[in-house]
Amino acid sequence: MVTDKPSLDTVWQWLDALPDPEIPAISLTDLGIIRDLRWSGDTLEVTVTPTYSGCPATQVIAMDIETALNDRGIETLEIKTQLSPAWTTDWLTERGRARLADYGIAPPQPAGGPSACPLCKSSNVERISQFGSTPCKAQWRCTDCLEPFDYFKCI
Amino acid sequence: MSDPLFEFLCRMGDNALVLGHRVSEWCGVAPALEEDIALANTALDLVGQATLWLDLAAEVEGAGRDADALAFRRDVWDFRNLLLVEQPNGDFGQTMMRQFLFDAWHRAYLAALTDSSDTRIAAIAEKSLKEVTYHLDRSAETVIGLGDGTEESHRRMQTALDRLFPFVGEMFVTDEVDAAMITACIAPDPRSLRAGFDSYLAEVLAEAKLIQPSGDFSHKGGKSGARHSEHLGHMLTQMQWLQRAYPDATW
Repeated sequence: MVTDKPSLDTVWQWLDALPDPEIPAISLTDLGIIRDLRWSGDTLEVTVTPTYSGCPATQVIAMDIETALNDRGIETLEIKTQLSPAWTTDWLTERGRARLADYGIAPPQPAGGPSACPLCKSSNVERISQFGSTPCKAQWRCTDCLEPFDYFKCI
Repeated sequence: MSDPLFEFLCRMGDNALVLGHRVSEWCGVAPALEEDIALANTALDLVGQATLWLDLAAEVEGAGRDADALAFRRDVWDFRNLLLVEQPNGDFGQTMMRQFLFDAWHRAYLAALTDSSDTRIAAIAEKSLKEVTYHLDRSAETVIGLGDGTEESHRRMQTALDRLFPFVGEMFVTDEVDAAMITACIAPDPRSLRAGFDSYLAEVLAEAKLIQPSGDFSHKGGKSGARHSEHLGHMLTQMQWLQRAYPDATW
């Protein structure tokens, strides 16, 4: 048992270090899917919202959170799934967007397409497909350097 | 009739489940790699949505079942999906025409459900709507691209439309389950969505240079469960094979 409950700020910091299982360049907090943390007695309640309803990473994410917090000494925790308000890419942090771009994934843009090729920075890009290697991405191509790249869809 | 709310949730879940399974049949054999990925992603979204609807159905039923039990332990007569979604894939054009007709209805229906008096239903609709908007963008674009494409792609898309159009009417039929949902402000009257669907359909078909078949004959019996087409039973023998052969299998 934890004798002194860690502060919620401390727990947020721990979760900050947890990578997304499919895009390990960004953390779960960068992704904006952890919506709330609170203590209910000795139970830590973690509210998580799924990115896409069929995303297979959702279960892995819940397991990763549980394992990480158990390792820090939190033994009783409850992971709550919240559907509404539905996850939006507006919840990606600025740090998350920068990390995606560094990793070679163009971050989401309200215009519906990437602003530039993440590799050569050219703005001459074209869409290959609305769907990509994971539910959250689409496939685009740079018409200057000719490299295909992932674009994080704006939803 | 069993609890109308349970029936309604099974209809939503079964539409997503059956179409999701149908679309997943393309995995690995689609005409191009990008299409293969797009179809698999669409199937994944639909199966995810089916899980949300059927889990809620099981909760409402309160008989100790869950989404898996409803998906894998019911036989054909207990399914409540529209006849359209159980129709075989046919060629790629037929698959995309089926997707387009369903997506156009699904998007409008989900948009209306976001105002449901049942907040659990509104939440699932809000989540699904974002995904289905993407599905419709793609299926409408593909119908236009292939309809207004080569002579062969045009012919195939017209054949697909002629074949599938008689399944459109069932999406707008209102029965006693719908009536109960309308009274409780849980779901909209399907008939109220017809005019919007028709004008959108006309717009896309005009751009695709396809001719909407005349006549208003419609096959019915899927959403009520009265009469499924022979195809659903065959599909379930594949989808439910594991649970039929090894009940309660876990790994």
